[in-house]
Amino acid sequence: MTGNYTTKKTTPLLQVRNLQTGFKIDRKFYNAVENVSFNVDRKQIVGIVGESGCGKSVMSLSIMQLLPNGIGKIRGGEIDFEGLNISELSDKKMNKIRGKEISMIFQEPMTSLNPVFTIGYQIEEVILNHESISKKEARLRSIALLKSVGIPRADKIVNEYPHQLSGGMRQRVMIAMAIACQPKLLIADEPTTALDVTVQAQILELLKDIQETNDMSIILITHDLGVVAEICDEVIVMYAGKIVEKATVDELFNNPKHPYTDLLMKAIPKMDEDVEKLATIDGLVPSIINMPQIGCRFANRCPKAMPECLTVTPQLGEVEPQHEAACLLYDESWPAGEERQREGVPVL
Amino acid sequence: MLKYTIRRLLGMIPMLILISIVVFTLAKLMPGDSLSGEIDPLNTNPEYIAEMREKLGYNEPLPVQYFDWITGFLQGDFGKSTRFKVPVADVIIEKIPNTLFLGVMSLLITYILAFLMGMYSGRKPYTIGDNAIAGVNYIMLAIPSFVAAVFAIYFFSFHLNWFPFGGSVDILVEEGTLDYWFSRLHHVLLPALVLGAMSTASYTQFLRNDIIENSRKDFVRTARAKGTPLKKIYNVHILRNSIIPLVTFLGFDFAALIGGAIITETIFTYPGIGQLFLDSVTSRDYPTLMALTMLLSFLTLAGNLIADILYGIVDPRIRLD
Repeated sequence: MTGNYTTKKTTPLLQVRNLQTGFKIDRKFYNAVENVSFNVDRKQIVGIVGESGCGKSVMSLSIMQLLPNGIGKIRGGEIDFEGLNISELSDKKMNKIRGKEISMIFQEPMTSLNPVFTIGYQIEEVILNHESISKKEARLRSIALLKSVGIPRADKIVNEYPHQLSGGMRQRVMIAMAIACQPKLLIADEPTTALDVTVQAQILELLKDIQETNDMSIILITHDLGVVAEICDEVIVMYAGKIVEKATVDELFNNPKHPYTDLLMKAIPKMDEDVEKLATIDGLVPSIINMPQIGCRFANRCPKAMPECLTVTPQLGEVEPQHEAACLLYDESWPAGEERQREGVPVL
Repeated sequence: MLKYTIRRLLGMIPMLILISIVVFTLAKLMPGDSLSGEIDPLNTNPEYIAEMREKLGYNEPLPVQYFDWITGFLQGDFGKSTRFKVPVADVIIEKIPNTLFLGVMSLLITYILAFLMGMYSGRKPYTIGDNAIAGVNYIMLAIPSFVAAVFAIYFFSFHLNWFPFGGSVDILVEEGTLDYWFSRLHHVLLPALVLGAMSTASYTQFLRNDIIENSRKDFVRTARAKGTPLKKIYNVHILRNSIIPLVTFLGFDFAALIGGAIITETIFTYPGIGQLFLDSVTSRDYPTLMALTMLLSFLTLAGNLIADILYGIVDPRIRLD
């Protein structure tokens, strides 16, 4: 199943194994994330890409145990952080990890900060949650943090309120808050989606800088493959709650295997091509209520779909060194795929 | 902020002039007048009555009468109470401490109860506890205060003998002593409880809904991601946001604080502004009635101004200038 290239190294910082997260809709549970397994090594940046509704955010919220109370629930699997299974921790114990060991920044900087508290208060809060230092020291720390994320007049900004800052500035504040206790892992859930392009680049650069200076690992959730190419070491492609492909960034971009990844790549507009219409993937991600129980979940949108794709569920398996994909086309045990390849049908 | 306040206060002037015209007109439109309260009640000679009517200005055209009244009013002369034969201002000032005491007590009871219930319901919505709180609140809201007051007197004063039946203080205790204050508190408690406990519904349900709404906001998730305990998130992050809309009610409360509770005060024979108001109506004491109505109008406007200023204080996104 899982490639053994990761196990050769030291224990990864984060190991997610067979994670299943479900949502309760009309008293029935539906899985939004199914059998997701991956590792994040120390100082590594892992990108998770996929369309809206593919389970990226749910997965990251599962790691933090921030799923909406009573509706979302982890139904199976393990999340090992530094060898400790954090998926079963109580809220109280989890509070010691959130913000200190693992922290998170969100997509919407405009609404992610509390409008009625000063920037300073909100940064100090995370420090005071985890360290026993005086408010005065915390204030000095937060000014230093704001400076380190590139906010000018930091000593004034600490006394200002979120609405007085621009979106980019607020995202910087969110980053300052997230790195305040020097966490080992930062989960960035579409950190640049709500920002304009020039600011996006600045924020990404900032994240990369902080990652290097703090020796931090990052899980970067995005639907922007450009962002992934820019800063990630490894990429996970998700579709309809499952991982469909997993590879190092160079490998994935040079040699995409899964038809879905390939179509995602083709959907990126190219600067040097003059096209009338941008490439798209027809159809929609199936909603979690009527998710196909067997077969490949991408089959109905896949241009290379075979009849078997509707009846056989593909498993994630190694297709190249350090490259895994879940597609029957590469499943050696499945004659149809082999046959197809033998017949000389171009794989992609 | 100061500039804003001054501007708003100046803006009140035309409003108050309009209100005074309406108040005066309504008083004049009511059948009868307060002439009989201003003349010798034993002298029934029609000539004497006609002479007094002329002398006291009741035959002047209405605009002239209005003008006389309003000039006196502006100079601080609210007229003479036709019932008590003393200046209206004295009558009102005498009653204000009682009403204020009752108002503050009942408001305190409302706030304490409503905050406790609202915060519980907001944190645990759609549970048995929440539904029970909503049920009790709506029943209280539906029961008219005169029914509640009568039942409260029947049970707590008549049967259990916990509280006095009415009045504001025991007449036997000496003014200024500790016993005196204790007696006042004892007298105010039951009407305050009736008033306070009956009006928790709006605060409780408003707070509950706002807490539920805010608990779904992104900033709550951020606070959770920082490792802030859930209790602190509710009591600090969410509550601080949910207080903002409640400030609107505070404006109304301010007027009610001095305006008094007409029905409750009357049933408990509690000598306050509310009771004075009702008695002035029944005894055609128009100078007092007009002065009270003007006072209440002004307080309502002032309450709104205070609420607006408070918005600027509790919500940093609102800046007044």
